Amino acid sequence: MAAESPAADSRSAPAAIARLRNRLEGPNTIGNSRWFWVGFALVLAVLVAIPIVGSGTGGQFSLFLVLGLLGLSLSFVWGYAGILSFGQTVFFGVGAYTFGVVSINFPSPTGITGAVVAGTVAGAGLAALLGYFMFYGGVRDVYVTIITLVSTLVALTFMAQTAGSEWTIGEAALGGFNGMPGMPLFTLGIEGLFSFQFVYNEYEVFIPLLGTRVFDPFYYLVLVLLVAAYLGLRVLVNMDFGRVLVAIREDEDRTMMFGYDVERAKLVAFTIGGGLAGLSGVLYAARNVYIDPSVFELYFATLPVVWVSVGGRKSLLGAVAATIAVEYLRLSLGGEFALVAVGALLLLSILFLPGGVVPWVDGKIARSRLVASDGDSPGGPAEVSDS
Amino acid sequence: MSDSTSQESLDPNVRQTAAEIATGDRTDTLLQTDELVKTFGGFTATDSVDFSVEAGELRCLIGPNGAGKSTLLKLITGTLSATDGSVYYDGHEITELAPNERVSRGISMKFQVPSVYGDLSVRENARLPIQQFADGDERERRVQAAIDAAGLTGHEDDEASTLSHGQQQQLEISMAASLEPDLLLLDEPVAGLSVDERAEIADRITTLNREEGIAFIVIEHDTDFVAEIADKVTVLHKGDIFREGSIEEIESDPAVKRIYLGTDEDSGGDGQ
Repeated sequence: MAAESPAADSRSAPAAIARLRNRLEGPNTIGNSRWFWVGFALVLAVLVAIPIVGSGTGGQFSLFLVLGLLGLSLSFVWGYAGILSFGQTVFFGVGAYTFGVVSINFPSPTGITGAVVAGTVAGAGLAALLGYFMFYGGVRDVYVTIITLVSTLVALTFMAQTAGSEWTIGEAALGGFNGMPGMPLFTLGIEGLFSFQFVYNEYEVFIPLLGTRVFDPFYYLVLVLLVAAYLGLRVLVNMDFGRVLVAIREDEDRTMMFGYDVERAKLVAFTIGGGLAGLSGVLYAARNVYIDPSVFELYFATLPVVWVSVGGRKSLLGAVAATIAVEYLRLSLGGEFALVAVGALLLLSILFLPGGVVPWVDGKIARSRLVASDGDSPGGPAEVSDS
Repeated sequence: MSDSTSQESLDPNVRQTAAEIATGDRTDTLLQTDELVKTFGGFTATDSVDFSVEAGELRCLIGPNGAGKSTLLKLITGTLSATDGSVYYDGHEITELAPNERVSRGISMKFQVPSVYGDLSVRENARLPIQQFADGDERERRVQAAIDAAGLTGHEDDEASTLSHGQQQQLEISMAASLEPDLLLLDEPVAGLSVDERAEIADRITTLNREEGIAFIVIEHDTDFVAEIADKVTVLHKGDIFREGSIEEIESDPAVKRIYLGTDEDSGGDGQ
């Protein structure tokens, strides 16, 4: 920093970018170079263009992005805090149902906006409750995995028997396996001031060279939320708190003996993961204008584990990329064959790329740089001070 | 790190040590266990252990395998909870405190197997304990000092898993010492090390003890190493204190030799 004008220097654009990169980069994340961010911008540009170029494809892609949030939540909880939650879908489902109940009872834009918050908080709240009893009760490792899996199956059993009229909350009937239809169209805002309907509101825009295209606002809302969640988690895992989570993942007892409240750190991470899964569930229900207990089924509970395993659990970006890729594959194949393909993908990943695809690619790039620089530093992760 | 004086009048758990009660004076007793018992099912790992360490003392714990040495250390750190009995630190009962709370009182530990974080760099490892109480330039200065003290200058960006066993031991001692404890527990710090590495660790421990006043409890089987560093030696046998004294007294005690050689008729215990 120039000694003569530190204030002016700290306000300059390069200094601001450097500060931003300091927050986003560190040893706990893959992609700490300028080229990574160039690639990130290009991929983002492609994602922005997808519904415009391939008119009408935004609807399906928005589902992939919604599920990307769910994958991201598991990547954070499992990849960074070392908590393999096999029941991220319970927070997803509870978020979705909470959104449904609140939005049906308060179908105004203000009510629906509140329902988004309620669904997210419900996911986080359930994770906090479950996490409190697990972590402060001394439950660790595979037992956490079992308890979370059982939680989602318990939710499935419970929701499956809610078909009767007695299972109605205000105007919202839970509906058992028939699900909960009748949600209002996803409209955010404050009644009387401003509001915007995000689903079933595709409208045509004219783009030079491309002609008339369909614009899907829901897709872009989800894209913004996904990118914000990804960048937010990058900042978080590169902060002191993120370092503690990684330390807990590596050696819980050692970290405890450095004076850290390991249970509290795991609870915070698990709650954040639950909140993200809840938000994903909210968007899932909002997109489909419907929710049913199938979101608690074993097959669906397995999918986030597959996404994150394939992409690389220690890579937030890998989780999102794998979610989109696996879901695209699943949709393309369809039916029972998709099940076989997803299972095979998981097996292949565990056998040949146990760390996942993205960390493997990152390792290859790092090694090729090392060879290219003939033994010089491969340009590994920059040291970051978040002070 | 301990700060008992301001709390003593308020804390109902403050108590005098046995020595204080006997003499009517306060002593420098830093740690005391009071009839500490740990059982695993039907097996008693520590059996009513009354053990104390003075501030600034360098104590070595020896004993045959299964004598209860590691169990005693874990009871002191809180990573194991006692079946019965109490642990007092700096005059306050800490029996029910979580391990991290005991660390904040001034107890730190280096595990038997080097427990550095293999996937993290040396710098990241060293930073982890320090980031709790130092920021910015002060943090970086302390981190570098910890790395230098471990003899790892120039290895800052190396993955800890690539370090030798001895370097990992040094790094972990640095990390534990960087918490500025009053009591540092080391579980077999020179196991598997070469003669040179062993000498470096001995030098490190005595330097920390004499220059920074850190009290040590060191579990070690190597009696030459114990003779090199210890102020006082405690022999554990079958979960209880068998002998205490200088290394000369311990080494010349035929009963101690018998339990180590397994010729003592009571020495067939097994345990933790």
